[in-house]
Amino acid sequence: MNRATRFYQAAIGKKAVMGITGLIGIGFVIGHMAGNLLVFRGPDAMNAYAHFLKSTGELLWIVRLVLITAVVLHVIAAWQLTLQNRAARPVGYVDRKPQVTTFASKTMRWGGVILLLFIVLHILHFTTGTLRPSGFFDEADVYGNVIASFRIWWVTLFYVIAMIALGLHLYHGAWSSVRSLGYAQPSKDPLHRRIALGIAVVVWLGFTAIPVAVFAGLIA
Amino acid sequence: MNLKLRVWRQADARAAGKMVEYDAPDVSPDMSFLEMLDVVNERLTEDGQDPIAFDHDCREGICGSCSLMINGTAHGPMKGTATCQLHMRSFKDGDLINVEPWRAKAFPVIRDLVVDRSAFDRIIGAGGYITAATGGAQDANSLLIPKVDADASMDAAACIGCGACVAACPNASASLFTAAKVSHLGHLPQGQPERYRRVLSMVSQMELEDFGGCTLYGECQEACPKEISIDNISTMNRDYIMAGVGS
Ligand code: HEM
Ligand code: FES
Repeated sequence: MNRATRFYQAAIGKKAVMGITGLIGIGFVIGHMAGNLLVFRGPDAMNAYAHFLKSTGELLWIVRLVLITAVVLHVIAAWQLTLQNRAARPVGYVDRKPQVTTFASKTMRWGGVILLLFIVLHILHFTTGTLRPSGFFDEADVYGNVIASFRIWWVTLFYVIAMIALGLHLYHGAWSSVRSLGYAQPSKDPLHRRIALGIAVVVWLGFTAIPVAVFAGLIA
Repeated sequence: MNLKLRVWRQADARAAGKMVEYDAPDVSPDMSFLEMLDVVNERLTEDGQDPIAFDHDCREGICGSCSLMINGTAHGPMKGTATCQLHMRSFKDGDLINVEPWRAKAFPVIRDLVVDRSAFDRIIGAGGYITAATGGAQDANSLLIPKVDADASMDAAACIGCGACVAACPNASASLFTAAKVSHLGHLPQGQPERYRRVLSMVSQMELEDFGGCTLYGECQEACPKEISIDNISTMNRDYIMAGVGS
């Protein structure tokens, strides 16, 4: 058997793939959030930033390709692990009381499904303009697209919910990925997630601020 | 004190099982959980019923034979304690106690509360040892081992192989068990020559046994009667990844 196949056959191999692709996702999400916060500096700053990204041409496509590949591999591994994990306990307990399982770790699977749905709809919404909830879409006016969309309550609500799912996913994932990849420092309290909590809160607040601020009329 | 038990009864591996209620009157708080079951069994036997089958051997927390999911936690409510070392003073008069076997595809029920844990033996058989015959014990300090490594190895070696980690894990994963064995040898000089071969074969055996994967819920560490740290899982993962990437 080929070495890569053998490596991936074990759950540890799949988790290593999830960890690396998840960390790529975390890196992207932090950068994406920082860039998006330019909406608070007005239409010129935001549109110039968007224009700059598009002007990178091939580089932009390389990054997009890496990100799409990462999402696909992440989701495939998540799917396979979920099936394996479910099959590992065909008869459940009458009484089982989890002691330290966090809400975040329990919702990795369904939260992940929300994220997948969000990623697809979000690209169709702001990147391709296929979905136009406000009727308005101008490729050159990213700022305008954002403002027009988040004036609609259900668009804002959907983004707010998706970002809760993202925050929770990162609260567990930013911590577990390091352990899945074997880089955890020995600790007296291995369950602590202070760094992951920091990443999750920053990403969650940064992203949520935009639709909420537009909807509240703080930016127009 | 007087207790009520709800115990999983199953005649054999293929029979359907169910929870059956029993009274446990006049229980002394100084009894261990297994002694309490002994008393219940004595009465069942006198009444001409089948006693409840459960695993046990040393009854001093070192052999790893005892098990039992007690009120939803592996080895019951006391942290860092195997069922045989759990005492009835951890319960209150009038309590209803659910007693179930470990649940995992890899640990099929043999009878009542007894499960087949030989999957663990096969994981050990796949590489949880050092091949070279090492003879008698060497003089102390003839082989210098840094204190941190010796401690890490000893902590991992405390694993008694009871299977509580699998029982408590929402994925029924054997990661903590396998990790403890991998890291116990991996921290010592004697374990180095076979370090990467060992992790590859033990991990593939673990897969073959139909355990789940690790999501890092942390339940295993919490349930472990020897309080073995999930840091060992990180060590195992690193060795597995190194073994896959290297040669
Ligand atoms: C696209 C839909 C997504 C799905 C279906 C999904 C699903 C999952 C699942 C089920 C896990 C837990 C795996 C396990 O421990 O057994 C997980 C872990 C993780 N996810 Fe996602 N996820 C998605 C998107 C994302 C995104 C967008 C990010 C990053 C921003 C991300 C980052 C992570 C990280 C870092 C982990 C931890 C990996 C590890 O423990 O090794 N995921 N994901
Ligand atoms: S019976 Fe030996 S550890 Fe409990």
